Amino acid sequence: MKEIMVRAIYCEMLGYEASFSYIHAIKLAQQGSVLEKRVGYLAVSLFLHESHDLLLLLVNTVLKDLQSTNLIEVCMALTVVSQIFPKDMIPAVLPLVEDKLTHSKEIIRRKAVLALYKFYLIAPNQVQHIHDKFRKALCDKDPGVMTASLHIYLKLIKESPESYKDLTDSFVTILKQVVGGKLPVDFNYHSVPAPWLQMQLLRILALLGKEDQRTSEMMYEVLDESLRRAEINHNITYAILYECLKTIYTIHPKSELLEKAAKCIGKFVLSPKINLKYLGLKALTYVVQQDPNLALQHQMTIIECLDHSDPIIKRETLELLYRITNGQNVSVIVEKMLDFLRLSKDEYTTIDLVGKVAELAEKYPFPYNSWFIQTMNAIFSIGGDVMQPDIPNNFLRLLAEGFDSDEEDRQLRLLAVDSYLSLLECDTSGLPQRFLQVISWVLGEFSFLKEGLEPADVVERLGKLLDDDAITTETRCWVLAAMSKLCGSSDALCKAEKVAHKYTSCLDTALRQQAVELELLGRDVDLRTRVLPQHGFCVWLQVDSSLSFLDGFVSDALARGAAPYKPPHQRQEELSQEKILNFEPYGLSLPVSLSACSLTDRQSPTALSLSSSLSNLLKLEGVKRVWGKQGYLPEKQATEEALAQEPSSIFAPSHQQACSESQQTTFSTIVEQDQEKRQLASSLFVGLGSQNLGKPEASSSQRFRRKVRPEDPSDVNRSLAVSSSFSHSSSALDVLLDNAIPDPTNLSDSTSEAVPAVGNTEVVEASEVSSLSGGSGPLAQPSSQVERGLESDLPSRLPATLVGLLRSDVEELCSGESLSLSACKVFDADALVLAIFLSNISDSSIQEVSCLISSEQLKVPEMCSTFSVLSFYLNVVVSLYRLVMEAPGTQAIVRGSVSCASQATQSFSLTLSLVDFIRPLPLTTEEYGKMWLSFSHDVKQNLMLLKHEEEDQLEAALTALKEKLCLHIVDVIGAEGIMACQLVSGRPCLLHCHTHGGMLAIWLRSPIADLPDCLLYHCQKAIQER
Amino acid sequence: MIKAILIFNNHGKPRLIRFYQYFAEDMQQQIIRETFHLVSKRDDNVCNFLEGGSLIGGSDYKLIYRHYATLYFVFCVDSSESELGILDLIQVFVETLDKCFENVCELDLIFHMDKVHYILQEVVMGGMVLETNMNEIVAQVELQNRMEKSEFVFISRM
Repeated sequence: MKEIMVRAIYCEMLGYEASFSYIHAIKLAQQGSVLEKRVGYLAVSLFLHESHDLLLLLVNTVLKDLQSTNLIEVCMALTVVSQIFPKDMIPAVLPLVEDKLTHSKEIIRRKAVLALYKFYLIAPNQVQHIHDKFRKALCDKDPGVMTASLHIYLKLIKESPESYKDLTDSFVTILKQVVGGKLPVDFNYHSVPAPWLQMQLLRILALLGKEDQRTSEMMYEVLDESLRRAEINHNITYAILYECLKTIYTIHPKSELLEKAAKCIGKFVLSPKINLKYLGLKALTYVVQQDPNLALQHQMTIIECLDHSDPIIKRETLELLYRITNGQNVSVIVEKMLDFLRLSKDEYTTIDLVGKVAELAEKYPFPYNSWFIQTMNAIFSIGGDVMQPDIPNNFLRLLAEGFDSDEEDRQLRLLAVDSYLSLLECDTSGLPQRFLQVISWVLGEFSFLKEGLEPADVVERLGKLLDDDAITTETRCWVLAAMSKLCGSSDALCKAEKVAHKYTSCLDTALRQQAVELELLGRDVDLRTRVLPQHGFCVWLQVDSSLSFLDGFVSDALARGAAPYKPPHQRQEELSQEKILNFEPYGLSLPVSLSACSLTDRQSPTALSLSSSLSNLLKLEGVKRVWGKQGYLPEKQATEEALAQEPSSIFAPSHQQACSESQQTTFSTIVEQDQEKRQLASSLFVGLGSQNLGKPEASSSQRFRRKVRPEDPSDVNRSLAVSSSFSHSSSALDVLLDNAIPDPTNLSDSTSEAVPAVGNTEVVEASEVSSLSGGSGPLAQPSSQVERGLESDLPSRLPATLVGLLRSDVEELCSGESLSLSACKVFDADALVLAIFLSNISDSSIQEVSCLISSEQLKVPEMCSTFSVLSFYLNVVVSLYRLVMEAPGTQAIVRGSVSCASQATQSFSLTLSLVDFIRPLPLTTEEYGKMWLSFSHDVKQNLMLLKHEEEDQLEAALTALKEKLCLHIVDVIGAEGIMACQLVSGRPCLLHCHTHGGMLAIWLRSPIADLPDCLLYHCQKAIQER
Repeated sequence: MIKAILIFNNHGKPRLIRFYQYFAEDMQQQIIRETFHLVSKRDDNVCNFLEGGSLIGGSDYKLIYRHYATLYFVFCVDSSESELGILDLIQVFVETLDKCFENVCELDLIFHMDKVHYILQEVVMGGMVLETNMNEIVAQVELQNRMEKSEFVFISRM
């Protein structure tokens, strides 16, 4: 059987179907001896995939083997688990794999760690509770296990670098030990200590140190050490060096390190080994945005690479050139790219490069309009039909919408028409379809601009296109559409009709429709003049995108008993609900103790959405560069300027010299070649230094800034949006604060001069408060006492409407030299009110303090509260924000910044939990029943009850949930309890709890998708913390 | 993460394939064909990395390969892996094969493909690099072989 199975594997590998053997592979894994089991497992992991039906049959075997005392069986089971187990089977094996983390053999621990990492990748929510076990794995005495755990940390830190900053020190220490050769000699590879481990650590450090000066400072020393230690003798040291370089350029910069790194890049680029050259180019590409001078240093090498025989090297060089493009060298670079494109046959490269060329052509101010048209033509003819469809679309939109000046628009369009007319005169058979479409559209729209050109002529030329058999029906449609636009004159009309007539009986419906429309237009003169006004091509039509004119139809259909429309994702979800896998034991006879943690999890939508939103967040952060346009250090700027003058001074004399030489003596061909290269170099790198370019995006003024159209919401200026929402949100607060009576405080300051509040309405000026209460409060306390009392004192500054409400403790957000910020959450019925207290802790007054907060997960009133003066020591102002969670998530991060006239901006961030937005929902049991049935999104999970000695487990659990999560207990019936709550935005979530045999089964339902899942996470936490 | 490991000979015949991300059978074969097509037309004196292509996982995908006598060893990885690191990992893998088979050749891969898989399992697990130390890998594989043999003897005696 074993031999047969190996042969079946071989057959599958060669691409022959051997699905009949799958079931035997499973059987072999189940029943065979260890020898056969191994083959069985191997076959299973090769044959089956995550969603294969037969995989279910394997669960029991894997569970059995995980508990085996035989080392090899456990290894095999762990391997198979990490390779093919899907999300819904993870709960079944999770506790067993967790146990393996404490196994005595390091190989088992290591495999268990990797298996858990795999689980984390598939279903992050399910392994949330074992994060501290990962920490233990990181501190494992065996370096192998520690190495394995780095995989997990790399991933975790990539998702949220903030929460792992505290580990930086450990990572640095580990790296220091590894670099210093403290590991056993076994781990050496070509006498380099644990190179893969070093790379992993360097990558983690890069993530941690990004945009964080303090963390970066911790690693400078060890980075320096690794740069020094990596003596050049083998590939693997280069691999470490490369990672080191990347890290150095990612973290907060330090000039000495950067210098060394730049030298290292030189080693890569100048290396004769082609692999290293490739990596050198990559490193340059990465670095050049921060330090364009490096490219200048290596310009001759780059030029050589441009002519390299390996297309991959060439492509990488072009990528580098793309990064250093500016207004002055754009035409040379684009030409180089087009040259490469003409030779390249690889489809992917073509698509990618064509996109880049198009981007460059659109972005930079170019010498002539004709250059732009020519470049775009080249792109269309080379890119052909494989390029991204948005390139022609963008081009057409640019032509149609125009730029800033009308005259240039006209010129550009005219140029386009001219070039296309001449193209049509030549042989058109080789042109790609997309290009033909662009041609016909442009001719249809703009050919009237060319004086003396008869529409009939154009129609005739377009008509010739249709004769070609190779033209697709889609292109034919475009051509016909263009023709119908040209039907202004009777001459053209009659020609067009002739052509169209051929297609009125065509099989393709789109083409036929086009043809019939054209015929109709020909017959009806009135319609023609209405539809085709002369020169009226730029009238924007209002389109009813909500399809409201169909409302009547929909309500009619509903009245006749049609099913209401469900969006596709909802339909799919309902379908998948029927396929839930039950992992709960049907009886107690099951040998495996599933009860330890049997999560009956279905797909949890939040898992996906959470991670995606996290990555979004990361991306946004990544946009900000460590290096600004001006560089970090003032002296840096000076050197840059000095270097900027260098290229011209180097090249100009040598150029002239060579020229004069050529007049005097006959120069050798070698000199000539060299000269050519130098010329190319000077044209490629022109303006690199002088323009001080940071990123290509930011380096030059965009020529093609699209005109702002009122119809297009995306084009609306952002500052406009902010200011309008400002007035909107502040009006909401007016209501809140109009009746806010200042609360008397016991902090009174005799020096208070009652500065009149010139701030906005949402400001409660503390100085006014104190002056009001000046008579009744105790007079002139010593300032030390005041300071101590400040924290506890702050809540009393809240407006009276908020005083009676539940609120959290005041926590300090940040404090600078003169300003201290604290925050307090007040749980209002329909929003979470975030109160931010700004206190002046300096002796002088602070002018024009403004506070701005934002959040990606929450709806935040976008406003900037400005306070004119914070006049004296311990003067406090309160800024209030009403936050509402629209889309549920387990937590939300609020970021904010405070700035004032005299000092730097202070920024802070605050993490709010979902629980802050949960309010009890008082319901009767009947109402609950009705609502329960109507909600479509549900999640069910079994939680373990830890305390078995408790009398009434349900009661205890419910109370815990009520206290921690602010739920309303609707009713308790026997072993079941029902609870209800709502999100502050008014959307309910219902809970159903049920205890059996020491387990608490929670079932949540809600009308919105992610709420149950997120709330479940908090329930889990609440029960665990109990 | 490593997405796939492909070994094929100079004629494009697959000798070992291992995917760490699911692809349908015909897709797998297509990937092998196209990878072979890409790799085989490259000279020996050009670099060992290939980028671009949209076969596996879109644009976040690169091929790192080595050519030994009659065999190509190709690793398809995403951007989180170090190029040179993987290049040396291939070297480690091949050296390990050499040690286990004593002068490994293409025929060894054909007739002992299960063993090759076991060795690979010790190097890469579920797409992650598990072990890079050759001695350790050999030790693990031998341990397994020994245990199996003893069991085999035990069974055959019964």
